[in-house]
Amino acid sequence: MIPLSWYLILSAALVCVGVFGVISRRNAIAMLLGVELILNAVNINLLAFWRYKDVSHVTGQVFTIMVITAAAAEVAVGLAIFIAVYRNKRTIAAEDVADLKG
Amino acid sequence: MNFLSDPVTFIGNWLTGLVANLGIPKETASAWVTGVAVGILPLLAMLWVLVLIWYERKVIGRLQDRPGPNRVGPFGLIQPVADMLKIFIKEHILPAGIDRIPYNLAPILAVGGVLGMWIVVPFSATVHGVDINVGALYVIAVGAIGTLGIIFAGYSSNNKYALLAAFRVVAQLISYEIPMVLALLVPVLLARSMGMNSIVQAQPVWFILIAPLAALLFFISSIAEVGRSPFDLAEAESEIVAGFNTEYSGLKFGMFYVGEFLHAFTNSLIFTALFLGGWQGPGAEQFPILGFIYFFLKTVVVHFLGIAIRGSMPRFRIDQVMQLNWKLFTPIALAAFSSAALVEKLATNWADAARIGIHFLVNMIILGVVVLIGGRVFRARGIRLDALAQRNRAAVKFSMEKSHDS
Amino acid sequence: MILDQVIFLITALVIIIAAILVVSVPKMIHAALWLILALAGIAVLFVLLQASFFAVVQVIVYIGAIAVLVIFAVMLTRKAMQDDGPQLNRYSVLAAAVCLMLFVVLTGMLLSWDGASSLPVNPAVHPDTIINLGESLTNPQGYLLPFEVASILLLAALVGAIFIGREHRAGKEEE
Repeated sequence: MIPLSWYLILSAALVCVGVFGVISRRNAIAMLLGVELILNAVNINLLAFWRYKDVSHVTGQVFTIMVITAAAAEVAVGLAIFIAVYRNKRTIAAEDVADLKG
Repeated sequence: MNFLSDPVTFIGNWLTGLVANLGIPKETASAWVTGVAVGILPLLAMLWVLVLIWYERKVIGRLQDRPGPNRVGPFGLIQPVADMLKIFIKEHILPAGIDRIPYNLAPILAVGGVLGMWIVVPFSATVHGVDINVGALYVIAVGAIGTLGIIFAGYSSNNKYALLAAFRVVAQLISYEIPMVLALLVPVLLARSMGMNSIVQAQPVWFILIAPLAALLFFISSIAEVGRSPFDLAEAESEIVAGFNTEYSGLKFGMFYVGEFLHAFTNSLIFTALFLGGWQGPGAEQFPILGFIYFFLKTVVVHFLGIAIRGSMPRFRIDQVMQLNWKLFTPIALAAFSSAALVEKLATNWADAARIGIHFLVNMIILGVVVLIGGRVFRARGIRLDALAQRNRAAVKFSMEKSHDS
Repeated sequence: MILDQVIFLITALVIIIAAILVVSVPKMIHAALWLILALAGIAVLFVLLQASFFAVVQVIVYIGAIAVLVIFAVMLTRKAMQDDGPQLNRYSVLAAAVCLMLFVVLTGMLLSWDGASSLPVNPAVHPDTIINLGESLTNPQGYLLPFEVASILLLAALVGAIFIGREHRAGKEEE
């Protein structure tokens, strides 16, 4: 039998890897991949708690569906923005799109 | 049950008994026998492809008023074996600059994506791979893996034309998943379950009679999903070099080729299970072997229909493919699914025949509206676009002549 | 059962290694491919958790759509980042240290919680889970409102992405 803590530790590890990806990558698409890792870690967490606590209660599953939906919407819009930025500025490094800085 | 009425279960039980007699507990023995069966199924599928290739080439040949392969063996039956031998001994040419791992993984994903679909198909009342309760959706998921294989192939070939062809194909494949999933949801709705077994068991009246529009949409979308004519700009064999598998040779190309033929047949399998009642037929419950024979015959008929369409329609351009999907099939699929849901909800307590009649009527109304009204709109717009293109060409010619004179 | 634990450990190892490779390989397209492996591992994990519907949805939505979209976007912006330049910005070492510390703290906190070693509830999953899910998503006293709001979110994202990503041909109509 797999204790709950294994799933939670795996999910924590994925969150940390995802946060590292978001903070320290220059390429904007790489940041998006980090965000995807974080959202997947959240899904693992939700489904693990659903399975280990009360299987007849569908709240965990509904929440997971919402997270998947929000992730899909965010990736679509994010990539559209990146492509539009690329067309205008020919760069996709996050630090080059700093016009409003200062 | 004896050997004649249900050979597969009989052999399975006999093998389990054999292994259990060696002292191994019964569950482990049956798990091992299941493992052996899981290994045999793809093997049988791949061997079946040889027959499929022969069948297709013969049928296309006859449709084109020629005999098809008839030299290698009687009626050309050994032709696919000769083809396979040739492909096995061809050299694997690895172009320079490829990305090794995706390049080698692509044919595996393309074929694996298709073989994975065979696991959930209920071949007869007692023979099926795994009865997962999300079988219908699983089929779509495994198809998505095949799409991934095509991207890997196009990207890793280090060839811009292969990459562009891969993009076109993947755009077509992911676009046609939408009417396919919506049309697939109609049998799920009618059977109240996503498991393939339950869908087949809920079809004393075939779903094609209840929801013909959804069946038509699923059929057309699945032809587009495989990439067969008329949607075959993926590897339009006579036009672009070979599309996304330009840089593949030898057995790797053979895998793509086999994967495509198997995918076409697998789509007929799924269509038969979803809409034509699978193994249902007179006497199929008592004699499962009869169920298997009915399934097989129905699938061969549907497959023949797919081959006939391939041999008789010209190819679509990519923009026509996209327009067809987003402007025609997706709205029809949405209409078919919502009308099916509405009729199911409103007519829950009616008699069976009345319910089926209402479903059929609503489907025919939607089809009639689309064909009559939509047909006029599309034709008018097509004529207008042609006139516009003609005027543009004349304008360009005129301005070129003017610049020549002055 | 020991088989479950072995499968979990192998899958978890694959997921973690793939995730670390996602955030550290220099070529973007390889990062996208490693992400596909991580997502596939997570789908296997969902099957282990007996949420089969979510495993299938993960493959269809994440691998079949989102990962493909990411690959397309990487291809369209390939010339931007010469993939052999520096891929990590100047905070990367500090970020790595902070993330490691975060992981240690989270793990410590989780292990000290006494519910962490709990085992899954028996009996196994109710066979009508999907039906329950469907009924609760369309039940006005259930989760109908989040369901409808999610569909509006998707519609907004669809329209927004098409509009932002469109090529503007305003200047070419005058020729």
